[in-house]
Amino acid sequence: MNEGLSVLAIIVGIAHSGIRLATPYLYAAIGETFSQRSGVLNLGVEGIMLMGAYSGFFVVFKTGNLFLGVLAAALTGILMGLAMAFISVTLQAEQGISGIGLFMFGLGASSLLFKTTLGTVEGVKGFPELHLCLPSGYCLSDFPVLGEIFLGHSLMVYGAFALVPVSWWILNKTTWGLKIRAVGQNPQAADTLGVSVAAVRYITISIGGMLAGIAGASLSISLLNIFQENMTNGQGFIAVALVYFGSWTPFGVLAGAMLFSLINALQLWVQVLGLNIPSDVAVMLPYLLTIIVLAFPFRRALQPAALTKPFERGEN
Amino acid sequence: MTKSKKLLPSGLPRIESIEMRGIVKRFPGVLANDHVDFSVYAGEIHALLGENGAGKSTLMKILYGLYQPEEGQVFLNGRPIEIKSPTDSIAHGIGMIHQHFMLVDNLTVTENVALGLKSSREPRLDLGRVRARILELIDKYGLQLDPDATISDLAVGEQQRVEIIKALYRGAALLVLDEPTAVLTPQEVADLFVIFRQMAKDGHALIFISHKLHEIIDLTDRVTVLRDGRVIGTRQTAEVTKGDLATMMVGRDVLFERVRPTAERGETRLTLKNVTAFDSKRGHRVLKNVSFQIHGGEIVGVAGVSGNGQRQLAEVIAGLWPVSEGKVTIEGQDVTNLPPANMIEAGLSYIPEERMHDGAVKEFSVAENLILQDHIRPPYSKGIFLDFKYIADHARRMIKDFSIKTPGQDTLIKNLSGGNIQKLILARELARRPRVLIAAQPTRGVDIGATEYIHNQLLLQRAEGLATLLISEDLDEVRALSDRIIVMFGGEVMGIVNNDDTTVEELGLMMAGEKRLAVSAAGQALHKKPVAP
Repeated sequence: MNEGLSVLAIIVGIAHSGIRLATPYLYAAIGETFSQRSGVLNLGVEGIMLMGAYSGFFVVFKTGNLFLGVLAAALTGILMGLAMAFISVTLQAEQGISGIGLFMFGLGASSLLFKTTLGTVEGVKGFPELHLCLPSGYCLSDFPVLGEIFLGHSLMVYGAFALVPVSWWILNKTTWGLKIRAVGQNPQAADTLGVSVAAVRYITISIGGMLAGIAGASLSISLLNIFQENMTNGQGFIAVALVYFGSWTPFGVLAGAMLFSLINALQLWVQVLGLNIPSDVAVMLPYLLTIIVLAFPFRRALQPAALTKPFERGEN
Repeated sequence: MTKSKKLLPSGLPRIESIEMRGIVKRFPGVLANDHVDFSVYAGEIHALLGENGAGKSTLMKILYGLYQPEEGQVFLNGRPIEIKSPTDSIAHGIGMIHQHFMLVDNLTVTENVALGLKSSREPRLDLGRVRARILELIDKYGLQLDPDATISDLAVGEQQRVEIIKALYRGAALLVLDEPTAVLTPQEVADLFVIFRQMAKDGHALIFISHKLHEIIDLTDRVTVLRDGRVIGTRQTAEVTKGDLATMMVGRDVLFERVRPTAERGETRLTLKNVTAFDSKRGHRVLKNVSFQIHGGEIVGVAGVSGNGQRQLAEVIAGLWPVSEGKVTIEGQDVTNLPPANMIEAGLSYIPEERMHDGAVKEFSVAENLILQDHIRPPYSKGIFLDFKYIADHARRMIKDFSIKTPGQDTLIKNLSGGNIQKLILARELARRPRVLIAAQPTRGVDIGATEYIHNQLLLQRAEGLATLLISEDLDEVRALSDRIIVMFGGEVMGIVNNDDTTVEELGLMMAGEKRLAVSAAGQALHKKPVAP
């Protein structure tokens, strides 16, 4: 079967889906990059994504306004980020455990809220795919290969990719980015130069939360246009792994996100094409890759030195 | 207001005077500063001297805005000022060079200087402008430095210059120098003092914190001594001797000279032959071809700037760091890469440099910490049961014999002072009648009294025939106790010299990696035969 599909068409199809599927990874992992570069490991990304997915979906369902939906997801994410910041920065709790708590909260709360407020809703009309079409009726997204791969995605997808250079610029070219990098590497040094370690971390964790919320919304009102219990299915945790994979740099995260989403797209196409590979094995691939990637110890040398360590003034 | 306001070479105004009056600071259970008065003037280097815990750091952290005092007031040029945070103190022209450098090691010199400053084109960084100003300061103050170097690539002395530049860039007129010489070679110290003297001449005010008395005599104009949080006195440095200062600091007369009587050198106890070791995490070599022997009745000192393989050397011998090549022998028995238990069995005792981390269990009592290795064998245990009565008796004996100051043998050791914890570890290790002792930084952070005690114990053990490897970053300590001295640089032995035949200059050159002496195959000193590195 499927002899009608040329190899080229399959490759184009995989690449197109790969770009689409990278969207939630990018938002979540870029956000987590900010948080980790300042020294805070937020394992609650998955939970924030679920809450973002729910709140975005809910607002779009009630108002039909997509941008209000994104805003709702972003605000939800910021609130959860602030909660994480309060626990890990102000109360100096163990970061790994508080992140897991945040995840469990998001998992439970999003499904409870969905059941009580919406319950049976099937789907919403999410972000449309953008097709630039000429008056003649020819659409640029039909342009062979390049157009087919890179065009015809929704605004949420382009937003995720635009985030990569922007966050690189913030981290490396602004005074604020320098503060983030310094706080993650040697908070004592930053403190003695009058940089508020707590303020920097509150802001980066909030940004991380905001982007994780948007990552969730990218699933519920752009890629899938539905909400389901636990719909993120581990993508938030993979996003955390991607930050390690990308050596704490936005472009590294981009490379990792693309690798993962392409493998994901590949396994979807394997299923579509009905190739003689058990689908369970195909579904397993991204997770297997996560484990392999994280097993490389050399990457730890690039890790922010103060990652997971609460800061207390006067301690050496 | 004087009309001709004098400026510093950096182009910024001087601080004519800083006065701290009646400063009181309490911590739970401790009165860290008890109505302390302290002042410093433009053009002056004022030493702040005291033992660990005397309150020097607390006083300076108050001046820098890291702590808030309960009572007292700081005056700048006669006017009272508020210092709520480092931002305030920096704005007043106060700069601090911390003992542990406050540098972000994966950033460049320029980035470290720019950190926390407003840029001329917010929010974008303006590193070009910062770099130009750094070059200007480097030129005016004669500090050699590459503004584009990454901190982790710089030597310790260079990192210190980055700290000075950082303070000057922020307009520091007063510099607080917290033990700035602790990690430097003698030559680097000399260079640094030239810079400090010039800065004072140019109108800077400098506060120099140290417990090295000869440096204070050498460098400073005035000296204030703190003890138990109180000012014991302020003197003109020219009018006091080392002995006066030590007496003020400790409250009794102190003996500086360690008597090292000639001892019979015994048989070979510890041999390292061509030992090489790696740091697998960072993937580089930490020990390269290290060979030496230690005999009974001998103290061999290991000198070197921190981080040149000394820690790994100790851990290799203690069985805590894997040997890649070469051989470690204790009394003829090959113990290479054997687990620590076998090392202990072979007669090794080890005083680790991180006493709270590797040397003792914080949450355990004095008695429990005294039997960490030997609790499994008689007389401390019978079968599978501990003999608590014997353990308590043993602890009381040790407390008495080693004059450990503790409320009792059941006190948790986290409540003891550093010096007493170190005495406890020494008691435990010596009570086992070892054949070989590795003492790593045995008196770091320990007060003069306990240091004197520990030194005398080490010399006593030497007289009784113990073979001791003394690893210390304090060159004075190595000089005072050792029969022979091994100098390490970059994980290599630069030379092995007889203590009585060498000079501080020679040791300093070897510590800096600029001189290498031939060492015989057996790891003995072939003195005064330098070879090209």
